[in-house]
Amino acid sequence: MDFASFLQQLGQQLINGISLGSIYALIALGYTMIYGIIRLINFAHGDIYMLGAYFGYFATAILKMSFIPSLIIAMVLAAITGMVIERAAYRPLRSAPRIAVLITAIGVSLFLEYGSMLLVTPQPRTFPAVFPAEIYNVGGLVLNSQQIVILAVSLILMLVLNYVVHYTKSGKAMRAVSYDTDAAKLMGIDVDKVISFTFAVGSALAAAAGVLVGIYYNSIDPLMGIMPGLKAFVAAVLGGIGIIPGAMLGGVLMGVIEALVSGFFSSTFRDAAAFGILILILLFRPSGLLGKNVREKV
Amino acid sequence: MLEVKQIDVYYGAIHALKGVSLEVVEGEIVTLIGANGAGKSTTLRTISGLLKPQKGTITFEGQTIAAKPAQQIVKLGISQVPEGRRIFANMSVMENLELGAYIRNDNKGIGEDLDMVFKRFPRLAERRTQIAGTLSGGEQQMLAMGRALMSRPRILLLDEPSMGLAPLLVKEIFSIIKEINAAGTTILLVEQNAHMALSIAHKAYVLETGRITLSGTAKELAASESVRKAYLGG
Ligand SMILES: Nc1ncnc2c1ncn2[C@@H]1O[C@H](COP(=O)(O)OP(=O)(O)OP(=O)(O)O)[C@@H](O)[C@H]1O
Ligand SMILES: [Mg+2]
Repeated sequence: MDFASFLQQLGQQLINGISLGSIYALIALGYTMIYGIIRLINFAHGDIYMLGAYFGYFATAILKMSFIPSLIIAMVLAAITGMVIERAAYRPLRSAPRIAVLITAIGVSLFLEYGSMLLVTPQPRTFPAVFPAEIYNVGGLVLNSQQIVILAVSLILMLVLNYVVHYTKSGKAMRAVSYDTDAAKLMGIDVDKVISFTFAVGSALAAAAGVLVGIYYNSIDPLMGIMPGLKAFVAAVLGGIGIIPGAMLGGVLMGVIEALVSGFFSSTFRDAAAFGILILILLFRPSGLLGKNVREKV
Repeated sequence: MLEVKQIDVYYGAIHALKGVSLEVVEGEIVTLIGANGAGKSTTLRTISGLLKPQKGTITFEGQTIAAKPAQQIVKLGISQVPEGRRIFANMSVMENLELGAYIRNDNKGIGEDLDMVFKRFPRLAERRTQIAGTLSGGEQQMLAMGRALMSRPRILLLDEPSMGLAPLLVKEIFSIIKEINAAGTTILLVEQNAHMALSIAHKAYVLETGRITLSGTAKELAASESVRKAYLGG
């Protein structure tokens, strides 16, 4: 391979990687926000992403809605689902040991996966093409319309999230609870409400990712959340769990690494690379790229 | 105004408060003194609703509050500056103060109180965009107090405001506490610095291993033999 075609290949894999990475980032955000607020790795989060894809599927394929309304409906329904799960499964365990909540999360995850199989059958479904598949050629690099939609939607959602977290009262309450729950209570913040809100936001972002993946790969199934869920979790750890910009960075990096590995080596190593990263971070930088090195709060 | 009656509080098997009673009359500064581990912070945390008493009652202006969640207690007008300040170190001074006013929606009133806080603590005004974690210890204490005042409380609970501060700063903080009280806010002050606390308080209670052992006017306690021996260094 000569240098020019290497560069061209590199550029192409970067485009693919960033598109895929934005999807990981959207899922990773929910992991990190929920971890930040109740110190829980919500293993059911990947399944919320799957539900989001199905909500989007029903809106587009059956109700024949167009893209934006379907996306919004999927996000709203997933937000409600997330809040219900928190209310029913996690809130009763608020003062239980962390391991109990973690096991419950795994239970919720299995429940959603196999419950969905029962409801919608394990058969993969074809996500309708909501956009004409157009391919653009920019200086030798190929960019398709789905990728543009993924990038645009992810970017907008992350900007909105950033605004909500930094400039709204709910966002400030969220950061306060995440930093020091008791101090937040002394401000008059209703911690349960803030936790509920966090689950809603995280789940809505995961649902958006689900719809985008449906559009990108055209196919969805009840177990589709497992792998991306795990990878987004790795992405969140890579960026620094509990840190919002960390999840964005970790997600995009994760996507890029995967694309480079499958582009230059072989796609069989793709998943191994993802989990290899997890091992490396845990060994060398357990607090993640943007994390401050081990400063447990007192 | 605030009446704590015979409360028992546990941390698991640890019996931290054993039948503690105390009363705060509107307009006064009441201080609760005692050694490390006596249960002073536990008392304040229970009043604020962070802990629930197993037995006993807490009433605030005639309402029982012991069963209410913490956020409702703040809304009734009880605000606390917790031990160790517990400011939101990763947020700006301004954001900390805004969070202090979380329960309020009257933007005009919030603005007035912000001016009041900045007037009382001019150092915070200069540092409003600074990240709170980078403030000095004294400034952090001022921020914690300012933040608590932003809810416009009827009673302010202060947990060891002098902790870790240089003597000059302790004096400054105590004179500010007196000013806040003079401006109409009732104060319940927990201190290990009994000397300073008794010098500004109207009434005082002594807490020893979960029990109130002495109470009276601050003057009486400052003069009492046992208090002088145990808390005032002879
Ligand atoms: N979270 C906790 N879990 C278990 N025991 C606790 C906890 N917090 C306090 N205690 C115990 O309760 C008792 C009272 O503690 P508290 O913090 O109220 O004391 P204090 O009077 O405020 O002391 P200090 O002056 O050191 O702040 C102590 O024996 C302490 O060990
Ligand atoms: Mg204490």
